[in-house]
Amino acid sequence: MQEFEPKIVAFVCNWCTYAGADLTGTSRIKYSANVKIIRFPCTGRIDFMILMKAFENGADGIIVSGCHPNDCHYSTGNFHARRRWIVLRNLLNFAGIETDRIQFSWVSAAEGFKWADVVNNTVAAIKEIGPYENYRKIAVSTLFNEEGASNE
Amino acid sequence: MSRIGVFVCHCGENISATVDCEKVARISGELKGVEFSADYKYMCSDPGQTMLKDAIREHKLDGVVVAACSPRMHEPTFRNACAEAGLNPYLCEMSNIREHCSWVHPKSDLTTDKAESLVRVMVEKVKKNKALNSIKVPVTRTALVIGGGVAGIQAALDIANCGHKVVMVEKLPSIGGHMSQLSETFPTLDCSQCILTPRMVEVAQHPNITLYTYAEVESVDGFIGNFKVKVRKKSKSLDEHLCTGCGLCTTKCPQKKIPNEFERGLGFRPAIYVPFPQAVPNKPVIDRENCTYYIKGKCKVCEIVCPTKAIRFDQEDEIVEVDCGAIVLATGFDVLKPDFFPEYGYGKYKDVIDGLQFERLASASGPTQGMIRRPSDGEIPKKIVFVACAGSRDPAKGIEYCSKICCMYTAKHAMLYKHKVHDGTPYVFYMDIRAGGKNYEEFVRRAIVEDETHYVRGRVSTIYEKNGKLIVKGVDTLMGAQPVEIEADMVVLATAGVANKGSEELAQTVHVSYDAHKFFAEAHPKLKPVETNTAGIFLAGACQAPKDIPESVAAASGAAVKVAALFSNDLLTREPLIAVVNRQAPPVYSSCVGCFLCQSVCPYQAIEREEIKNRNGEVIRTLAKVNEGLCQGCGTCVALCRTKAIDIYGYSNQQVYSEIMALLND
Ligand SMILES: Cc1cc2nc3c(=O)[nH]c(=O)nc-3n(C[C@H](O)[C@H](O)[C@H](O)COP(=O)(O)OP(=O)(O)OC[C@H]3O[C@@H](n4cnc5c(N)ncnc54)[C@H](O)[C@@H]3O)c2cc1C
Ligand code: SF4
Repeated sequence: MQEFEPKIVAFVCNWCTYAGADLTGTSRIKYSANVKIIRFPCTGRIDFMILMKAFENGADGIIVSGCHPNDCHYSTGNFHARRRWIVLRNLLNFAGIETDRIQFSWVSAAEGFKWADVVNNTVAAIKEIGPYENYRKIAVSTLFNEEGASNE
Repeated sequence: MSRIGVFVCHCGENISATVDCEKVARISGELKGVEFSADYKYMCSDPGQTMLKDAIREHKLDGVVVAACSPRMHEPTFRNACAEAGLNPYLCEMSNIREHCSWVHPKSDLTTDKAESLVRVMVEKVKKNKALNSIKVPVTRTALVIGGGVAGIQAALDIANCGHKVVMVEKLPSIGGHMSQLSETFPTLDCSQCILTPRMVEVAQHPNITLYTYAEVESVDGFIGNFKVKVRKKSKSLDEHLCTGCGLCTTKCPQKKIPNEFERGLGFRPAIYVPFPQAVPNKPVIDRENCTYYIKGKCKVCEIVCPTKAIRFDQEDEIVEVDCGAIVLATGFDVLKPDFFPEYGYGKYKDVIDGLQFERLASASGPTQGMIRRPSDGEIPKKIVFVACAGSRDPAKGIEYCSKICCMYTAKHAMLYKHKVHDGTPYVFYMDIRAGGKNYEEFVRRAIVEDETHYVRGRVSTIYEKNGKLIVKGVDTLMGAQPVEIEADMVVLATAGVANKGSEELAQTVHVSYDAHKFFAEAHPKLKPVETNTAGIFLAGACQAPKDIPESVAAASGAAVKVAALFSNDLLTREPLIAVVNRQAPPVYSSCVGCFLCQSVCPYQAIEREEIKNRNGEVIRTLAKVNEGLCQGCGTCVALCRTKAIDIYGYSNQQVYSEIMALLND
């Protein structure tokens, strides 16, 4: 049987983690190719809908990563993200989604090694939990896809 | 139907070694909406950019994706190229297939697949991009300098001499900082006051500089080019315009036994005082905590004796608002507090002092008129021990770093001591001698060779008092860790330089980041040493890390140039990637319901209220509106808006959803 290769999307902020991931590259540190990054100005921009959209579209896992507390380029965005995550975690629990599918971390622009670790650890964790089918099965995905495209 | 161009860069072999760039270009060319695709050895080179521009014109492209290095590197390059070819620059996006792909994965189909999907993501995003125009904001050509030490003074004078206005805010009653407390300075042994005082006076008299002493920054709003700062001028209990600085009040004040901060407790001052004779401004303040009138309700001797009737007991703090375009942080440093060294008896034995106290003893204007006399009994110490690295380079105490200035000032202290006490013997306990700098090593050599200072390599473990002597116990590691014991008359600790108390709060007030030791953080350790991560705010001097005077001054001039460059244009150009509230035709107006949750989370106060009125002028709706000048584009409001009425250019919901779908549905 072919090994399960999880699809993981990373939502990161431009100032810390995106730059940290750039440093991972510049330092030629290798990590798993399962994770692909989408850049945001700040983790404060990342709302529930974005996370849910990722699950709907078949993500097995999500990484949300930004600046360390007090390091936010916009002062407080990462605190909003953290607060939101605390609320969301309960919601995920309630909905029966494993909270470990979303990894929340702080990676600064100087932490190239840490980014590689975050990626590799998340991939390992998601491989352990297995593929995520539930949301897709409900088949709302296609429905939402169309809506997402025509909406706004 | 879109007409998007995809350009895949090999980056020499940096990308093509692990990614099949030709294949990425070919596959991308087949994507819906892609009109043109190509790969090229170096997209950022002149021919590469020319190819991009030609393709835009020839194929009438309405969107561009460059798959190359990090957008943090070359996004401006390619956006400019697009603009030159007549395409709105914000219709260009980059896929990061180097740092996030070719450099972190081995050569394989998987790596090429990942590169393809990163391109696909951006193709889908760019379809939703909007043509945007950069925002121009006016620049207020006034700089705020916080801190009036030698760094702040240098920055203020440099900026003022470029013809710009400067407002300087100093917490203490006088500017001058630590340098005004120093006796003579390494590596030349020139008198600190003599070189600093003229510059302090220049600040006070400069037509472009407004000086607020005894004042602190209360709040900072706004952004680069347009900061709004509130400064609290603490009450000096004095009408500064009337005061002539005659000093009569300070001699008549009945409170005479207040420990003098400037002398680091080695002398006393009255409650109405000028911190030191050369203070700028040379006018007194009343220290209300120690003033008899404020404590007991009567006295007012100073008011009675004042020939110009300048004393104001009822004066209140004043808040002044300063509009400025740039801020220079120059709040300096502090030294470790006594309670840090129970083993050295600092704070317990009077004759264990710190380096700054030694500076005051050695200073001709100090409490002993420059005679080295020990604090306990005023005797001249014949044997003196200097302890370097007191607190520094000691991870166990939480300070891993080297304080950098103390090796040098310890050598200076040993020399000054020997110049004043010819028959005295100075010892220095040290870990390493760090004397990197022009003429620094030679200076330390002089202390060792000419002034016969005994350098003992090793840490001091304990200091205690016995029969009126201070017993200093340590080891000499160059003699095979032999225990050493010296009976000293006085001990001087070269205490670690640390961040100011309150630096964290100040950083948060001003919105800059700070490091693990609470020193302010530079934007880049090598290439942006005087910038912070917040545009328009710069660093000068020892508030960034312990620095000596030459370094502090150099940094200050560096910061001043950055400010002058910022002030060289009338208008500042800013990226238009900011939030926007949707507007629709009446009677809907907008999906904004006016809850103003966005306003409560905006770190920049960029959300305004817009009233929609009917024909009779009655307000029928109140909607959120984004102030383009203030919004910095963090997007926190977007995440919070429950009706999705507010969105952000460059990272809109549509763009993000398109990216997610493209990324996951291959
Ligand atoms: C014992 C000793 C001896 C030294 N000898 C030498 C020497 O011989 N040669 C040499 O090159 N260097 C020497 N130094 C180093 C020298 O003191 C520093 O390099 C220099 O003082 C740094 O200047 P600065 O302006 O950055 O900071 P500071 O001198 O610390 O000045 C900072 C100023 O900012 C003010 N401030 C602080 N917080 C605020 C606030 N929140 N709001 C407004 N204002 C604020 C302070 O009151 C102060 O006036 C010595 C240092 C020590 C401790
Ligand atoms: S400068 Fe010298 S004394 Fe000061 S911490 Fe560094 S090594 Fe120790």
